[in-house]
Amino acid sequence: MNIPEDLKYTNDHEWVRLEGSVATIGITDHAQSELGDIVYLDMEEDAGDVESGDSVGTIEAVKTVADMYAPVSGTVTEFNESLADSPDTVNSDPYGDGWILKMEVAEDALSDLMDAAAYKALIGA
Amino acid sequence: MKQTGFHAAHTALKAKMVEFAGYHMPIQYPEGILAEHKAVRENVGVFDVSHMGEVEVHGEQALEFIQHLTVNDASKLEYGKAQYSAMCYEDGGIVDDLLIYKLKDHYMLVINASNIDKDLSWMTEQASSFPDVVLRNVSEEYHLLAVQGPKCIDTLQTLTDENLSEIAFYTFKEGTLAGQDMIISRTGYTGELGFELYFKGSDADAMKVWDAVMNAGKDHGIQACGLGSRDTLRLEKGYCLYGNDITHETHPIEAGLGWITKLAKEDFVGKDVCAHAKEQGVVRRLVGFIVEDEKFIPRAGYPIHVNDRQVGYVTSGNISPSLGKGIGLGYVEKEFSKADSEINIFARKKHFKATVTKPPFVK
Repeated sequence: MNIPEDLKYTNDHEWVRLEGSVATIGITDHAQSELGDIVYLDMEEDAGDVESGDSVGTIEAVKTVADMYAPVSGTVTEFNESLADSPDTVNSDPYGDGWILKMEVAEDALSDLMDAAAYKALIGA
Repeated sequence: MKQTGFHAAHTALKAKMVEFAGYHMPIQYPEGILAEHKAVRENVGVFDVSHMGEVEVHGEQALEFIQHLTVNDASKLEYGKAQYSAMCYEDGGIVDDLLIYKLKDHYMLVINASNIDKDLSWMTEQASSFPDVVLRNVSEEYHLLAVQGPKCIDTLQTLTDENLSEIAFYTFKEGTLAGQDMIISRTGYTGELGFELYFKGSDADAMKVWDAVMNAGKDHGIQACGLGSRDTLRLEKGYCLYGNDITHETHPIEAGLGWITKLAKEDFVGKDVCAHAKEQGVVRRLVGFIVEDEKFIPRAGYPIHVNDRQVGYVTSGNISPSLGKGIGLGYVEKEFSKADSEINIFARKKHFKATVTKPPFVK
């Protein structure tokens, strides 16, 4: 299971990459593997300001449906438009082209999240 | 947890395994449910369905007993034929749906894995009025491999002397395939040209057949398929799944199984309720529907609304990989059961538009 060292993780199996004040967010390799074939992402286009834990959309896989949560508080600025045509990118490249949304967040917003080692322990990898 | 004779194959292929009806079964292989689905529609797929139950009915009164137990007319069966049927409780609720095979000197009933214990006790109870009937649960003795898809004959013909093209839908031959004596049955749950292979033997025998089939299908795009694609394939054809679309709370007429419910037959358990429903009309009906709104997959249990009022519920739902749209089955009040009726599936506090459509969703 791929768990990049430079990312932060949540209990909901999402990852966050912080660059300046922009957080890029997706789901982990473990999450995409558990969900299996992802066929739709239905995101709250007008989500705007959200609190950590708010639902910002749903991920529909053949097997099941999962909520996508805001991993931190902040403002949703962008959803990955390219996933509309190729949602399976989340399966094939969860940490790269399969990113799901971007948020504008405060500098210390990620302080409560897990590092790679803690996430690895969580999923027993 | 029990393992089927093909378990080693699933492990070797790195299938994702789940517990299903007490068995450790593959839900999907690394290629994924969509790839497996596509393989069956376009080429050929192989499913381990050994968890299904098989019960033999022996004795002079076997036919009489089966006529009493099941809703279809088993007197139509002769050696080499199979029949889709169902058995009901006295109140018309469905115990299970099943296949009935007429063999040379007995019948074989193929029942759902999750229902084996329940079905056996029901059959045993019903058999008490037929002293000559002997029931034998042979579920643990049979391996069952379903080989389904347009290339299944190309794949299997090299392994047997039986002429597979001559085996008509819902008939079978007893013959040898991959060196193993078996029932070669032209049946399946995918809506494609397909065979189900019933055979006894050791796990090594099972693996020998698996390997021979996979090898024979190599040039035909053969794919191992799990329970996940089995479900999307059957749903595209509108086939009922026991526990979802038919249960002890539903009777055959409202479930759309009137076509197998032979009311002209002298008597069978649940006949009064079925006859009454047929005569008086049903209150609700199992229908198929296609989701019109994008990015939504219906799931079992979601309410069905019309004008903000609940008129039913979804019993099975998924994406149709062939259509690229959400499809499902569900019970609705009779007035909304006509084709083209507009209904809403209620989920995530939103309404998603859907249109009642007579299955199969994919021809």
